[in-house]
Amino acid sequence: MTPHEDQQHSEGELFTSPDCDAAREYFRAKPKGMVDKVMSVTDAVSRFVGDGDYLASGGFGGDRIATAVLHEIVRQKKQNLGLAGHTATHDFQILCAGNQTGRGQLLDRVDSAYIVGLEARGLSPHARRVMQSGTVSVCEWSNYTLALRFQAAAMGVPFLPARSLAGSDTFRHSAAKRIECPFTGESLIAIPALWPDVAVIHVHESDRYGNCRIRGTSVSDWHVARAAKKLIISCERLIENEEVRRDPTSTTIPFYCVDAVCEVPSGSYPGNMPYEYFSDEDHLREWLTAESDTDTHREFLNRMLFGVREFSEYLEQCGGAVRLEELRNEELMV
Amino acid sequence: MEMMICAASRLIDDGAMVVVGTGAPCAASMLAQKTSAPNSTLMFEAGGIGPLLPKMPISVGDSRTFYQGLMATSMGDVMETCQRGLVDYTFLGGAQIDMFGNLNSTRIGGDHQQPKVRLPGSGGANDLGSLCWRILVITPHDRRRFTERVDFITTPGFLDGPGAREKAGLPPGTGPYKVITNLAVMGFDEESKRMQVESLHSNVTLDEVQDNTGFELLVKEPLELTPTPNDEQLRVLREEVDPQRYIIGRS
Repeated sequence: MTPHEDQQHSEGELFTSPDCDAAREYFRAKPKGMVDKVMSVTDAVSRFVGDGDYLASGGFGGDRIATAVLHEIVRQKKQNLGLAGHTATHDFQILCAGNQTGRGQLLDRVDSAYIVGLEARGLSPHARRVMQSGTVSVCEWSNYTLALRFQAAAMGVPFLPARSLAGSDTFRHSAAKRIECPFTGESLIAIPALWPDVAVIHVHESDRYGNCRIRGTSVSDWHVARAAKKLIISCERLIENEEVRRDPTSTTIPFYCVDAVCEVPSGSYPGNMPYEYFSDEDHLREWLTAESDTDTHREFLNRMLFGVREFSEYLEQCGGAVRLEELRNEELMV
Repeated sequence: MEMMICAASRLIDDGAMVVVGTGAPCAASMLAQKTSAPNSTLMFEAGGIGPLLPKMPISVGDSRTFYQGLMATSMGDVMETCQRGLVDYTFLGGAQIDMFGNLNSTRIGGDHQQPKVRLPGSGGANDLGSLCWRILVITPHDRRRFTERVDFITTPGFLDGPGAREKAGLPPGTGPYKVITNLAVMGFDEESKRMQVESLHSNVTLDEVQDNTGFELLVKEPLELTPTPNDEQLRVLREEVDPQRYIIGRS
């Protein structure tokens, strides 16, 4: 049988329910008061990330990612999480540090559009070890169809139609379904809604209530923020609510989507943060290189992640203010 | 590498809209924009549109993809622009390609839940290869990549031949257009949808191309010689596109 012979059915596992009424009930019960949500990353992760939760990570793998929150999820040894691997690159690499490193199993199911790789930088040896071990269930998608899953959830409907995936093994190993358009009779692919239990998104600015501003590309975060049942925001800076009200056009995520606001300057490091700092390619290379040997990798993670109390200590390990200034200059091209 | 990038850049017509990835595709598109196709619009899947690229992006989502750009939007917006039919070209790569231009970037060997080699997966490739009008592939040419059968169809080419894309529900009139390698430029036969050699790079023989391919290639008559890069192309490529030799320095 040729790989694409059976094109009517997919065989991937749907890890989350596409039940939009269940989602409505959840959002109905969610506290919606505009209250102060500022807290430490440690508190946010211990309060809002539970074992077994399904997680979505904002940004684009190594661009505008919530590194500090992801580190803390690993440090707190959260177990059996699901993940939407939506161009997951360095964020995926961080989470994989919780698998096969003697700390139980952090990830146990992944909806994959892009995992294991770091774009032009190469493949992560450790992420490959994790995904080739047979211990993490995987369901295939593409970047757009995974983005559509968040969009459907943000819209409050159980699915959206698309014209990609058709004909491919990516479809066969997804949990999408083929449907016929009721108007034109065309064959379309139905992409099920995905309401993550918790999402983590790094933004430029937020007020204490969670009214957020993102500059540059939004990737899928407009929808991820609205689809998430719980949302942890980390921000480069806190701003006053008056500032939000002076320019409401700039608000990307409204407070009622947000559960926690953590002020973490340089919080996307070593990822890129548009208009703030470029990615630290030297550090990302060091991380990749360390992974090729398991002992070196364990020692590296002890030094960078497991053995530090909080993100600021990690930044110090990586060259602190001097390095951050260099990356700022690189971003601003001065 | 320079030959491959220059050959690829000549395929982009002026005024085209192109979704590009990092690496060689980005170099080729930047070169086209600075030479033969100044009115082409470069788009990146994370949402960057129409940047004046000062440097080669490292990620298709980094801030260089919208540096002095026309818009910094969302991934959905870019993909939906493709789905509406506005985007002429996409540049893709992959670990394996077969005679119908099907691409694998998901796994090699093993079974799906425990593959021998796990690769990144689709990323945006499946969407771009399904929804843009023409797929351009830039890849090194060897038997490991050019295989009789791909282990996994991540991104559909012509699937198993004429009419298969349309039958699967993909937008009509789309599909692989050219494959540009270090040895030759290949297209696809109108009738059979099979890959065919269209031009050989200088000092490359047809036997050499076939020997590095794991399936039988068709040959277009007359077989042409790929134009060698001209001085202006090489100057722009070396001085403006990739002065650090980040891409062109690779073998």
